[in-house]
Amino acid sequence: MSRLTPENVTLAEEIIGRYPRPKSALIPLLHLAQEQDGYVADDAMEHLAELVGVTPAEVLGTCSFYEMFKREPVGTYVVNVCTNISCQLLGGEELLHHAEERLGIRAGSTTADGRFTLEDVECIAACTEAPCLQVNYRYFHRITTDEFDALVDELAAGGRPDEIPPHGTLARVRQHIPDDRAAGPAVPGECGEPVWITARPAPAPEPRS
Amino acid sequence: MTITEAPRIVSSRFDVADGHTIDVYESTHGYEGLRAALAKRPDEVVEEVKTASLLGRGGAGFPAGVKWGFCPPGVWPRYLVVNGDESEPGTYKDRLLMERDPHQLIEGVLIACYAIGCEQAFLYVRGEMALAQERIAAALNEAYAKGYVGRNIMGSDFSVDVVLHWGAGAYIVGEETALIESLEGNRGMPRLKPPFFPAAKGLYLQPTVVNNVETLSNLPWILREGGAAFAELGAEASRGTRLFAVSGHVRQPGVYEVEFGVTTFRDLIYSPLYAGGIRDGNEIKAYIPGGSSAPWFFEEHLDLPLEKGVVDRAGSMLGSGAVVVFDETTDVVKAALRVVRFYARESCGKCTPCREGTSWLEKILERISDGLGRPSDLELLVDVCDNISPGIAWPPKQTTICPLGPSAVSPIASAVTRFRDEFAARIGEPVTVSTPITGGAYTAAPDAPAEVGA
Ligand SMILES: Cc1cc2nc3c(=O)[nH]c(=O)nc-3n(C[C@H](O)[C@H](O)[C@H](O)COP(=O)(O)O)c2cc1C
Ligand code: SF4
Ligand code: FES
Repeated sequence: MSRLTPENVTLAEEIIGRYPRPKSALIPLLHLAQEQDGYVADDAMEHLAELVGVTPAEVLGTCSFYEMFKREPVGTYVVNVCTNISCQLLGGEELLHHAEERLGIRAGSTTADGRFTLEDVECIAACTEAPCLQVNYRYFHRITTDEFDALVDELAAGGRPDEIPPHGTLARVRQHIPDDRAAGPAVPGECGEPVWITARPAPAPEPRS
Repeated sequence: MTITEAPRIVSSRFDVADGHTIDVYESTHGYEGLRAALAKRPDEVVEEVKTASLLGRGGAGFPAGVKWGFCPPGVWPRYLVVNGDESEPGTYKDRLLMERDPHQLIEGVLIACYAIGCEQAFLYVRGEMALAQERIAAALNEAYAKGYVGRNIMGSDFSVDVVLHWGAGAYIVGEETALIESLEGNRGMPRLKPPFFPAAKGLYLQPTVVNNVETLSNLPWILREGGAAFAELGAEASRGTRLFAVSGHVRQPGVYEVEFGVTTFRDLIYSPLYAGGIRDGNEIKAYIPGGSSAPWFFEEHLDLPLEKGVVDRAGSMLGSGAVVVFDETTDVVKAALRVVRFYARESCGKCTPCREGTSWLEKILERISDGLGRPSDLELLVDVCDNISPGIAWPPKQTTICPLGPSAVSPIASAVTRFRDEFAARIGEPVTVSTPITGGAYTAAPDAPAEVGA
């Protein structure tokens, strides 16, 4: 599997339909491809290019700019340890070193069994909860090395499927705009002054005397 | 201490069970602000927000009502883009607002769209924030089902879709023009201003208002209670309340909503109601007052109020409401290195001084930190800073397209002026710096001797 499945094509078309221009849907669609395969495959990028009407090179151009898109398979669990300033002050770097020892790999690589990828990441907006990490973008706050070991054991033994879906899945709730409620995309060249403005004009400024 | 009785405006539902659901939201004044807005003309809503003097909470602190007025008349459609990319090191408040009170944000978005005349809104959430995306998707689905978003909102002639969009990991995308590039499906590289001021030429080159999550989350309260009630809180340019994340070496790290403009750094860092003082009874060494891009403050700045003008004049900024506290045990060379590494990693590469400069700064600091520094390294470090931001002034001048490059200069200039002896000790020889460093928070530090022995 690499091109989108028929169900995902339907989803992709729904997402594209929300934007004034199809290319705007590209990042959400790259996430959809990553959710399907665990990473963004070359064939998926070609398929997305067809869906939004750009070249595969343009899709690659966008894809390669963003840290979260993996163009090679990664572990089932991507473990991101924050070492930025607030976490550094409270042991983030030590936590990362511990994680390297425990998993037997350097940050930036994947365990031989394909279960864990470890990353040294920038601030993840949990600075008051340092040191912290994410597993597949789910947060673990104020984590000790013992807690880290327990978490790894638990994930290795089958994980917490309800809390931590496989790598690639972000939100498990999708936005859905019902047809009868949609205002529709605002396409340049097709919009005039909105009716609620036209219907309630601001009073003319007081004439200067 | 100037702890005040100001109400919690944006964080009132943080501790309420199921505060993120529409039922709980509506039972706690939810969507009353939108109803109040729809009973007014759009221009009256803008006036209400101007009366409130609501400053943007994303970093630059520009008045929201004034910014809305920059859209050129008669050019349609206009868009609203919500900046939920929160990724400035030390910053943690927009994620909480999105996870714990998504309806408050959605209501704020709708009020802004009605006032400005935006025919579509995009809510750009940082890619790494899966729960925030989930909560906003669920909240939007609930709000559509109730007729609060989409076509003919609350039975009126006001119609707008709010589209959840999410990023994929890139700090620079928080910069408003890069955010727009990203929303067009491109690499997130900033555009040159002028001509690409978003209000004039933003998304698809149409007028676009970019506002931060916290900025918009204030609007329901302002419309419900009135702009004047908001402006009664705070002082000078800084009205209402504001969220501050206090992290680092404090007893009670946390996100606190305090009265803006009057509460002081000392209150925030030392009051038992807030961060509760320095851990282990230690002394404070320095603190970052407004996110990693801000020049550092020291003990002598503790009694300054959290007021935009005051902090600007003291040579730093409140930025994104992120206070990071270093105690006496902090290795400032290592701390500066970590912040600079961040900018080196996150530089988008579009301009040479930033792309090359930040990597060089990282390399030089790294060897100093590793004890391999040369006596000339400090001068070199400051010279590279001067090339990225001439004069090392505050507010910073820039040789770059966006302020990311100059941001890497702040931690170095702060550390080098105040803690030069620590650099000298690490290098093992006396060090000199002749390149002038002129920013207020750097020079206000007691005169650092020009030459310090190891
Ligand atoms: C490098 C850089 C990163 C930024 N990151 C963010 C961010 O993550 N969130 C944010 O709201 N504003 C960020 N900003 C500020 C935005 O450009 C913009 O000023 C802000 O979103 C406007 O909203 P406001 O007026 O409501 O504050 C950043 C600016 C720069 C230069
Ligand atoms: S200053 Fe840095 S991040 Fe900003 S546009 Fe230039 S290279 Fe990119
Ligand atoms: S510095 Fe680690 S979460 Fe912000």
